[in-house]
Amino acid sequence: MDLILEGIKKAFSLIFTLDAEVLGITLLSLKVSGLATLISLFIGISVGTAVALTRFPGRQFVVSLINTGMGLPPVVVGLFVTIFLWRNGPLGFLEILYTPTAIILAQAVIATPIVTGITLAAIQHLPANLRLQILALGATRFQMVWILVKEAHLPLLAAVMAGFGGVISEVGASIMVGGNIKGYSRVLTTATVMETSRGNFDVAIALGIILMLLSFLVNALLTQIQQRERPR
Amino acid sequence: MGLSVMRCMAVMAALVFIIGMTLTGTAAVPVQKNLILATTTSTQDSGLLDVLIPVFEKKTGYFVKTISVGSGQAMAMGQKGEADVLLVHSPDAEKKFIADGFGVYRLLVMHNDFIVLGSPADPAAIKSAKTTPEAFKRIAAAGGLFLSRGDNSGTHSKEKGIWKAAGVNPVGQKWYQETGLGMGQTLNVANEKNGYTFADRGTYMALKKNLSLNILKEGDPILLNIYHVIGVNPVKWPKVNKLGAKTFSDFMVSAEVQGIIKTFGVEKYGGALFFPDAGKREEDLGK
Repeated sequence: MDLILEGIKKAFSLIFTLDAEVLGITLLSLKVSGLATLISLFIGISVGTAVALTRFPGRQFVVSLINTGMGLPPVVVGLFVTIFLWRNGPLGFLEILYTPTAIILAQAVIATPIVTGITLAAIQHLPANLRLQILALGATRFQMVWILVKEAHLPLLAAVMAGFGGVISEVGASIMVGGNIKGYSRVLTTATVMETSRGNFDVAIALGIILMLLSFLVNALLTQIQQRERPR
Repeated sequence: MGLSVMRCMAVMAALVFIIGMTLTGTAAVPVQKNLILATTTSTQDSGLLDVLIPVFEKKTGYFVKTISVGSGQAMAMGQKGEADVLLVHSPDAEKKFIADGFGVYRLLVMHNDFIVLGSPADPAAIKSAKTTPEAFKRIAAAGGLFLSRGDNSGTHSKEKGIWKAAGVNPVGQKWYQETGLGMGQTLNVANEKNGYTFADRGTYMALKKNLSLNILKEGDPILLNIYHVIGVNPVKWPKVNKLGAKTFSDFMVSAEVQGIIKTFGVEKYGGALFFPDAGKREEDLGK
């Protein structure tokens, strides 16, 4: 119990004294996971909408793949991304292994199926007639898709939260492809693992609290946007 | 409603942009400036590298990417040319690594020793054992819970060697559990489960404040823990940073670093964690 109190005290002292290293780690986490989520939104919303609105042979199989991908284990992603990015590997010429860029890449791979899956479900859940109605009113195909996406914005914001939540809390891939390098590719989760194995439990707890605070702040912001609904 | 989606996107984009501006961590560094050091968890968990790496970087301008894994994995990375220089402590595997042509040189850096830890109650009564293999035999005979790293690290290799010397094959036994974790975490597990474990003294001293484990066996010559720095063969893997590896290796055996190693941890833990050995012969250690 003392340890937890000590951790909480440590967390506040680290936050309020603006400890340079912790601040750097926190900002890097936010930056890396934020960018990864953005990338996943771009791909996930496009692919999810496309799959939701089209019928093609093997579609069922593709949807199953996407849904399975929503539970993609981060360590497995980390392992494959590492092997691809090895300097003697297929993507070695990029020279991004053990950089924050590699973490962004791995996290985008993790978040994309989550966003795709939720988008797919959200768009498909819209009334089928809505599509016909919009087209009947003379909208172009692009306008129709845009209206559908806007109509589904509540679940899509949930997709953003799920995607971001999935990657900011992920440690397996980050430690493998980022290497947990001090002052460079160390993020909140990998730092927590390291401090735990160093026996600095108070610092580990403090980092954990900062991670949860960060996650809460981002989600509170998104929730505020999501719930700001005009009365109908 | 449409507005809120747009606004949300705009907020997200702005957020990421602002954060992006404040950090320049992803900037590309010249290839030859990057140096990948694959090392054991003990050098990182004890905090030694946090002291040495900044000195090296400041002095030479290299950017060191320290990848802290077990010695086994570190050498596997070297074998694949995915690391430039290794700092490891698994002498038998290292000799094979050099003999197989994966490494071009191997320099003695420092040593400390391994210790056998257990709960103060010592249910297998190993404290009175004459030698470490004898102590391991007693653990096996009594079926005392033993926590092994189980990760092919230098510490794990050493532990396996001692089981061999004791004539016991512990793998698969009910009392023998493999954590598959680093030294620090394995110590914590052993502490929680009141089990026996095998550790390097450096990590133990760094974590001592949280542990209720006692040192039950130490000082036996078989328990010597020797660290070498190895340069990965650039002929096998042309992308290896040969010059960087050599610069780092020379740095590790320099008088300055050997001095830092000598005093590292004295103030914080009340005793040195590592003993500098540059220029000595491996065979002469522990005599």
